[in-house]
Amino acid sequence: MLSLIPLLPFAGFLVNASMGRRLPKAASGGLASAVMVASFLVAVQQVWALAALPAGERALSQTVFTWIASGDFVIDLTFRLDPLSAVMILVITGIGSLIHIYSTAYMHEETGSEFARYFSYLNLFVFFMLLLVLGSNFLVMFVGWEGVGLCSYLLIGFYYTKKAAGDASKKAFIVNRIGDYAFILGTLLALVTFGTLDFQQIAGQVAAMPPEVTFGTFSLITLLLFIGATGKSAQIPLYTWLPDAMEGPTPVSALIHAATMVTAGVYMIGRNAVLFEAAPLTLTIVAVVGALTAIFAGTIAIAQNDIKRVLAYSTVSQLGYMFLAMGVGAFGAGIFHLFTHAFFKALLFLGSGAVIHALHHEQDIRHMGGLKAKLPVTYWTFLIGSIAIAGVPPLAGFFSKDEVLFYTFYNGHQLLWVVGVITSLLTATYMFRLVFLTFHGEYRGPQSAQGAQRAHGAHGAAAEHSGHSEHSVHDAPPAMAVVLILLAIGSAVVGFLGVPHALGGHNQFGEWLHPSFVAPAAHGMAEAASAADEASKIALERLLMAISVLVALAGIALAFGVWVRRPEIADRAAAQFPGVHRLLLNKYYVDEAYDAAVVQPIHRLSQDGLWRAMDVKVVDGAVNAAGQAVGGLSAVLRLVQTGSVRSYAASTFLGAVVILGYFLWR
Amino acid sequence: MTGLPLLSILIALPLLAAGLLLFVDNRDGARDGLVRGVGLGASLLVFVLTLGLWAGFDPSATAAEFQFVERHAWIPAFGIDYYLGIDGISLLLIVLTGFLTPIALLTAWESVHMKVKEFVAFMLALEAAMIGVFASLDVFLFYVFWDFMLIPMYFLIGVWGYERRIYAAIKFMLYTMAGSVLMLIAIIGLSWLHYTVTGEYTFDLLKLYALEVPAHLQYWFFLAFALAFAIKVPLFPFHTWLPDAHVEAPTPGSVILAGVLLKMGTYGLIRFAFPLFPEAALYFAPLLATLAVIAIVYGALVAMVQPDMKKLVAYSSVSHMGFIVLGIAAMNVQGVQGAVYQMLAHGVATGGLFALVGMLSDRRHTRLISEFGGLKAVMPRLTAAFVIIMLASVGLPGLNGFVGEFLIMVGAFRWAPGYVVVAGLGVILSAVYMLWMFQRVFLGEITHEENRSQPDLTVREWAVIGPLCAMAIVMGVVPNVFLKPMEPAVTRLVERMERHQPMRVEGTAPPRLEVAAAPAREARE
Repeated sequence: MLSLIPLLPFAGFLVNASMGRRLPKAASGGLASAVMVASFLVAVQQVWALAALPAGERALSQTVFTWIASGDFVIDLTFRLDPLSAVMILVITGIGSLIHIYSTAYMHEETGSEFARYFSYLNLFVFFMLLLVLGSNFLVMFVGWEGVGLCSYLLIGFYYTKKAAGDASKKAFIVNRIGDYAFILGTLLALVTFGTLDFQQIAGQVAAMPPEVTFGTFSLITLLLFIGATGKSAQIPLYTWLPDAMEGPTPVSALIHAATMVTAGVYMIGRNAVLFEAAPLTLTIVAVVGALTAIFAGTIAIAQNDIKRVLAYSTVSQLGYMFLAMGVGAFGAGIFHLFTHAFFKALLFLGSGAVIHALHHEQDIRHMGGLKAKLPVTYWTFLIGSIAIAGVPPLAGFFSKDEVLFYTFYNGHQLLWVVGVITSLLTATYMFRLVFLTFHGEYRGPQSAQGAQRAHGAHGAAAEHSGHSEHSVHDAPPAMAVVLILLAIGSAVVGFLGVPHALGGHNQFGEWLHPSFVAPAAHGMAEAASAADEASKIALERLLMAISVLVALAGIALAFGVWVRRPEIADRAAAQFPGVHRLLLNKYYVDEAYDAAVVQPIHRLSQDGLWRAMDVKVVDGAVNAAGQAVGGLSAVLRLVQTGSVRSYAASTFLGAVVILGYFLWR
Repeated sequence: MTGLPLLSILIALPLLAAGLLLFVDNRDGARDGLVRGVGLGASLLVFVLTLGLWAGFDPSATAAEFQFVERHAWIPAFGIDYYLGIDGISLLLIVLTGFLTPIALLTAWESVHMKVKEFVAFMLALEAAMIGVFASLDVFLFYVFWDFMLIPMYFLIGVWGYERRIYAAIKFMLYTMAGSVLMLIAIIGLSWLHYTVTGEYTFDLLKLYALEVPAHLQYWFFLAFALAFAIKVPLFPFHTWLPDAHVEAPTPGSVILAGVLLKMGTYGLIRFAFPLFPEAALYFAPLLATLAVIAIVYGALVAMVQPDMKKLVAYSSVSHMGFIVLGIAAMNVQGVQGAVYQMLAHGVATGGLFALVGMLSDRRHTRLISEFGGLKAVMPRLTAAFVIIMLASVGLPGLNGFVGEFLIMVGAFRWAPGYVVVAGLGVILSAVYMLWMFQRVFLGEITHEENRSQPDLTVREWAVIGPLCAMAIVMGVVPNVFLKPMEPAVTRLVERMERHQPMRVEGTAPPRLEVAAAPAREARE
């Protein structure tokens, strides 16, 4: 049954990849969506069965076959469903289904074969993503890990005639491979350390050993794995591919680059929580990198003008929160934020897709504005998503972000908590800047003098072609609107699954997940805390909660003040601090620095040093010189060339005997 | 088991077909079709027979080490026998040869138009020699097949190649001859040594395995063998014949060269150099591994900057073959099994890449990357096939390249993790050069008008690339089908090696090598 969950999307992939171009669009899109919904239903049924088990024994597993067996190295293709993977498969198949449905409307302009190609990639992605979260060992996870990277590559480059799309897809794959290199090394080190790659067996072994105080093997394994995670989940220093990945179709950004694939790194840490907990040094690094990424990407998001890029940097920033949570040991909080983020970020991306769709491929928020009245469904749902991500109660983001920040403080990382709170201010500000510039104020698109002029610019081709004007702007078609509304409802309510004790809840979400983060033997052991401790903890949590709510509201007010009430402030600030503005607009020039420090030198070394100098001049030069020497000799030797193969063979043999004789009698 | 001498039939059949072809009067090329048909038919029959070989092979650990054994005295005075037999390793390589030859012959339909008869005859002769190399259990017989292989390959490059074919053919010949002469000396020396110890001349591989070769001779013998094999692999810095040979060879020549011929080198290490001279091999293993990881990174970096697609793929072979040598140097079950697996996988993937590049150059008569661009719009099926083969080559899990590479890394990591840290960079770099080439050839706008009217895959091209893609997927999903038959042979080899310690050459051993070897022994416990 378990294997049916990934197999259904895989079957969809096979059909659309092999005969999709001959199917009508409704059939290929419908099939792709249907297998997703079916997979979701199976997932729900399986999770239901899982929930029926007692808390400590919640695990279902199925071994499909032995994949690789070489001596004592044996890898089974085994799926394991536990509370953590249960959350993941529900997100993947649930939100995945919605995005498939949305795509049937969003991609309607494509030709039949391109339409089928799109859905085959999307189904294949879901298959690999499910493999990633259901795999019971590192290698099966790695199959999914690389597989989703492949699909991400194929989908970012979906509009393959665009050079930017080709560049972005290649960059995504290669940057991810850098992370994968570390991930492979981490896996190998885990293998020689534990003699197995099975997650549960590793956790069992680690639990029996004391945590590492200094930097040891556990720390190295986890650090290497974490470097892998920084690639997949777009953290410093390997985050640069994600903003470029926005070249892909928008639903892809929602599914792969917001809700699911990019959270794989967070999931991986959660999956190995016991191992990471035994390596406190790595955990600290995870927390610091997460917090830094969160604030760093947040500052960039404020200065971006492309609606999808703002959301992309926002995703990088929110992923930073998740890593911060994992790093401070609040695994449940990290996964909770992953869960809520999947709803509101998918919503925001799909909302931006609706805007882009309505404006015929316009993505620059400087050419938007005033869309509130024309796109009411999009506006209201987008607003809900923005409130949710900003962390305003009682929407989903509030509960999860608050849990992250609280545990950051409570577990002794006050400085990182400050970083998190500042990021939360930034989050509210850039999101509402986006809301205000897109939906409020005056429409600044074509029809104005500025727009007509722009039609000849970079984005001009599409706009000119479709001749979009203010009048042709239309709200999301039904398939898209329904999805937006469903996700908006989700963004509003899923936070209630994890209401903290401080607000009188029971944090069912955290309790559900807890068994996944402890070693098999330690199931059911709850931390016993005294009532007094509990009371002071609750008081602290309430205080921190109040602070972050105020900060979120302040961020929204700031955005309102700057971009609605006094738009000139933003321009004046940009003019006053041109350096800062340019720095943010150009994303701290990180891409340029990487290019100058890594890409170009390697290219030059290979071209001029290794190939033209070493290979052609040194090695081949030596070979050719030897050849010429032989050539000179051969004028003499031509005398003994008889042209008979037999005499060649004889002389070869004779020569061999002579040389041999020298060695033996020497 | 039937009494059929299946291995002899496998060697004789292509030779017979080649001989028959020589009687066909095809001076004006009027019977090209017939000639190609006979060649394809014979090679397909060989493939079917290799599958029969596999079906009759007993893969259990208790079965005989070598099966399908045939033995007849050939030159009794020197103890030279016509002695054939296969274990799981040679079985799979023979199947690979049988699989790739008809595919290579099919690619010739588009790329070879002159002297078709001679061409097909040479291809079949080459196939016979390759099977002979893999099946020989007599070292002298092995050497005969080994050198015989050079002749058809020399002509395939020199006659049917591109502009600089003569230079490439001679370079190929000189490089390989240099290695094989030294190997011949070592072979004769080995037999002579056997004579001094036992009073019997023999080239019987199994008897030679049992011979205890004194340390100072092992040193030289191993170097002679290893050099011949390193040139064939080709291992850095003996690799510069390969790019020229590949670029100038016609498509079918490249497919066979990359697909099977290069594996002779690594097969030789596994079958001869390591088990015959175990102490020397273990002593030199760190050196081999060092050259291997240099080849991995170096080959990939140089591949990255090639303007010619064939050269790019050729350098990528240098990189991938480095992985195979690394696995052999590790000399544990995962390392060697990974190496053999990677030999098969590389044969499929790189054979496929050369076939695909050949299809493009048949259409445009150029192999320069800059002459292409945007091909996806005009040939979506060829593009899809290219993606699959490219990903197999890059080592994406689920395709065949990953299994071999990962097993090699497991084996090497258990032996000495440092090499894997460097070798792993190949994982990144292979993605760089492959994806970059893919982008420049297939993505973007069409930049050359000539490309706009090019046809997609023809039926014959489907027959070439379809089986390769299918094999890339099958080998990635169910690798055990291929790992199982070779496991007993690999285990035997590793156990044979484990009885020996790295030798010490009169105190001249650099201490670094011993340090590297010491943890290796522990890791094998």
